[in-house]
Amino acid sequence: MTGAPPIVEMKDISISFPGVKALDAVDFRLFPGEVHTLMGENGAGKSTIIKALTGVYKIDEGEILVAGEQRRFGGTADAQAAGIATVYQEVNLCANLSIGENVMLGHEVRGPLGINWKATHRAAAEVLSMLGLEHLDLRRPLGTLSLAVQQLVAISRAMVTKPKVLILDEPTSSLDATEVAHLFTIMRRLRDQGVAILFVTHFLDQVYLISDRVTVLRNGALVGEYPIRELDRTTLISKMIGKDFATLRSLGSERQSHHYEPRGEPLLRAEDLGRKGSSEPTDVELHRGEVLGLAGLLGSGRTELARLLYGADRPDSGTIWLRGKKTDIHSPTAALNQHIAFSSENRRDEGIIRDLTVRENLVLAVQAKRGWFRPLSRKEQDTLVRKYLTELNVRPADPERPMKYLSGGNQQKVLLGRWLATEPDLLILDEPTRGIDVGAKAEIQAAVAALAAKGVAVVFISSELEEVVRLSDRIIVMKDHRKLAELENGPHVTAETIVAVIADEGDDEEGEPE
Amino acid sequence: MTDLASRLAARRGTIVRNQAFWGVVAIVLLLAINVVSDPSYLSIGYNDETGRLSGNLIDILRAAAPILMIAVGMCLVVATGGIDLSVGSIMVVAGAVSMELLHGMDGTAGDAALTLAIALGIATALGAVNGILVSVVGLQPFISTLVMMLAGRGIAKVITGGQNTTADNDSFAWLANGYVLGLPVVFLLAIAIVVLVALLVRRSALGLMLEAIGMDSRASRLAGVNRRGLQLTVYSVSGLLAGIAGVFATASVMTVDVSRTGYLLELDAILAVVIGGTSLAGGKFSIGGAVIGGLLIATLDKTVVFLGIPASATPAFKAVVIVVLSLLQSERVRSLFRHRRALRAQSQKEAVAA
Ligand SMILES: Nc1ncnc2c1ncn2[C@@H]1O[C@H](COP(=O)(O)OP(=O)(O)OP(=O)(O)O)[C@@H](O)[C@H]1O
Ligand SMILES: [Mg+2]
Repeated sequence: MTGAPPIVEMKDISISFPGVKALDAVDFRLFPGEVHTLMGENGAGKSTIIKALTGVYKIDEGEILVAGEQRRFGGTADAQAAGIATVYQEVNLCANLSIGENVMLGHEVRGPLGINWKATHRAAAEVLSMLGLEHLDLRRPLGTLSLAVQQLVAISRAMVTKPKVLILDEPTSSLDATEVAHLFTIMRRLRDQGVAILFVTHFLDQVYLISDRVTVLRNGALVGEYPIRELDRTTLISKMIGKDFATLRSLGSERQSHHYEPRGEPLLRAEDLGRKGSSEPTDVELHRGEVLGLAGLLGSGRTELARLLYGADRPDSGTIWLRGKKTDIHSPTAALNQHIAFSSENRRDEGIIRDLTVRENLVLAVQAKRGWFRPLSRKEQDTLVRKYLTELNVRPADPERPMKYLSGGNQQKVLLGRWLATEPDLLILDEPTRGIDVGAKAEIQAAVAALAAKGVAVVFISSELEEVVRLSDRIIVMKDHRKLAELENGPHVTAETIVAVIADEGDDEEGEPE
Repeated sequence: MTDLASRLAARRGTIVRNQAFWGVVAIVLLLAINVVSDPSYLSIGYNDETGRLSGNLIDILRAAAPILMIAVGMCLVVATGGIDLSVGSIMVVAGAVSMELLHGMDGTAGDAALTLAIALGIATALGAVNGILVSVVGLQPFISTLVMMLAGRGIAKVITGGQNTTADNDSFAWLANGYVLGLPVVFLLAIAIVVLVALLVRRSALGLMLEAIGMDSRASRLAGVNRRGLQLTVYSVSGLLAGIAGVFATASVMTVDVSRTGYLLELDAILAVVIGGTSLAGGKFSIGGAVIGGLLIATLDKTVVFLGIPASATPAFKAVVIVVLSLLQSERVRSLFRHRRALRAQSQKEAVAA
């Protein structure tokens, strides 16, 4: 890295969208053989700078040099031809195509008789195995995979082109430790081969593990570019949020080692709840005011269990008692009417409705619950929207902006608002802090704690085990689509405890993680 | 002054981008063409004795009534990301049922009301069958309604025994041929129904729900939107409106022509919706736009006849008008024009500078 000229240099880049200056005279440099992390709060402009580089967005001002030459790309494919491969924040793959096809799309191995599928699949398998995905059936349609695996497939796809510059916008937001480790091994190897890697994440641990340098953005402006050695965590955070870190710290951790003694009748009791192929019959009990954590590795069946509780998938075995009454939760509509809300991990496909406004997205569930013939008046809508946009600190707080123009983290906040607005008794949160910045993450954790204190029962799923441990009263540890153990939380329980539970089980029964 | 100019320019921008605007332009152009060939084309006569207005414009409004009905129904279906190919066939079923029933009755107003109720009931039921096939069985809308399109005309033939049944009932005929306040009853009814539907959709949360389904059916399902119920509603409404259109179309001549009534009108309805700026991909929809689209199609039909374009060339003429319109509506094409204009302006400036 020393002495080599930058492979990418962006100077004085400005981009405006109606009502926001997304980038304001930002400089950015990327050198061969480094991992460079972009940091900043939700909406700071990280994804925008990436899209400016690849030409998805036209820049208003500034210049872009790639390998010393002035360039303006016309889009992702154009940039890719110049050796810049990008995995955007919102994974864009074809759900109907197979895994193999998705990885190799546009780079199929050709023989004299057109595409040589055998060789193509072999090439795909090779890349996937680097990420620890050798067990995947390449012929399966991509849409049947969990979001995390889709994310890994997207990364494999970017690596197929053997790029000189690899851009990964929040690739780890839905991965857990094992996959992150795999990914980092590859990133290090590529870096040592001289590839320049641009990385975005909100996880500070990962920043310190993998980065050589960081560039910090705040509100579309450049704060600075630093070698990571020269920046401790507190300084880094205060550079991102432009405030003292102490205020932030006071928010999050109060719930640690909190334990709730369930009394009386459970709000929800499920017996043998299961669905063939996705969830073994499981018992779940949940009390008012309790936070139940679901922990487990990728593909352990956390999401699947949560979906059964909401009727997002129909269970084919088991019984649910809600408030002591046997209840059939056969559809999301039914669940909503029973005051159950579920925020999916898959923000893009099962969360936001891109072309509706922030306001419409936020009131949608409340309105659906009331039925279309009892519309919320404009005033009621405004009250709800104002309340949650302020409470969750959505930026920009413009209710009439189409949802697709919000940054990823802010979309997530609006979705949380959608579910909170239904005033649920049981709130199921699947990766609610996915793609959320450090400050907002602490706020959301505090919000969950506050809800529980008000008597709401919460099911909390996160691939970040520390977060699960911090918030939960009880933790169900899952593996291979079934319940492995149920832990009462307490001072003795840590993320390591959970990892140990999962590993122990793995010793006496060799299971395939997927 | 410059402020005003820029405001006007911005205003013009949004109007020009509004797709229905081009529909209005097309209507005006067609009328202008007709005026060129006959300067008295737009004149409206008033008959003192009957108190009726008459003239080409009135004819156009009358002809537009059935198209408006099916266009509005189609608009709602399209909003959910579906399509209803069966509206023409449901029209002929409603017409066949009415004529067949009236044929055996005495011609009282009560008979007319009863017939109307039964015909519309059957049309709604056929729409509901579409809805069930789409929402519960989970068939593709295109296939479900294609089946209904083929079956509907068959049902109509069975009902009339393959005849073009004719009947007599003054009250029933009044629906299509009567006048109130000098205007044709059909048109007034059509407008009233359109306004009613539009109010229902926009004042309730129905519009938002339909758009949500059309934009992203998975996400809206998880948000608790009752997709099945809404699809069932929308296809039933489309059936009902097609039934009304069928009654309008047959009542004017008091004859059902089992092979011609409503024939290919589903295409007109789809065109009207698209001209009105609603994307066939579903999502945002405009009932007002569909109305303009419907009026345009009626104007186009009448113009073709008025100009004496030979029947064999009619489809080609229609196609040309619609292709031109779609091109004008396309953001891509317009930006191309803008670009060329900007280039020309720039080269002029450069020429001056040099
Ligand atoms: N296409 C667009 N139209 C309008 N505004 C946009 C568009 N894309 C981004 N923005 C705005 O630009 C700002 C920066 O967004 P960006 O997506 O770059 O944030 P980010 O740093 O990636 O945030 P996150 O961590 O939440 O992903 C935000 O205020 C966002 O609302
Ligand atoms: Mg982003």
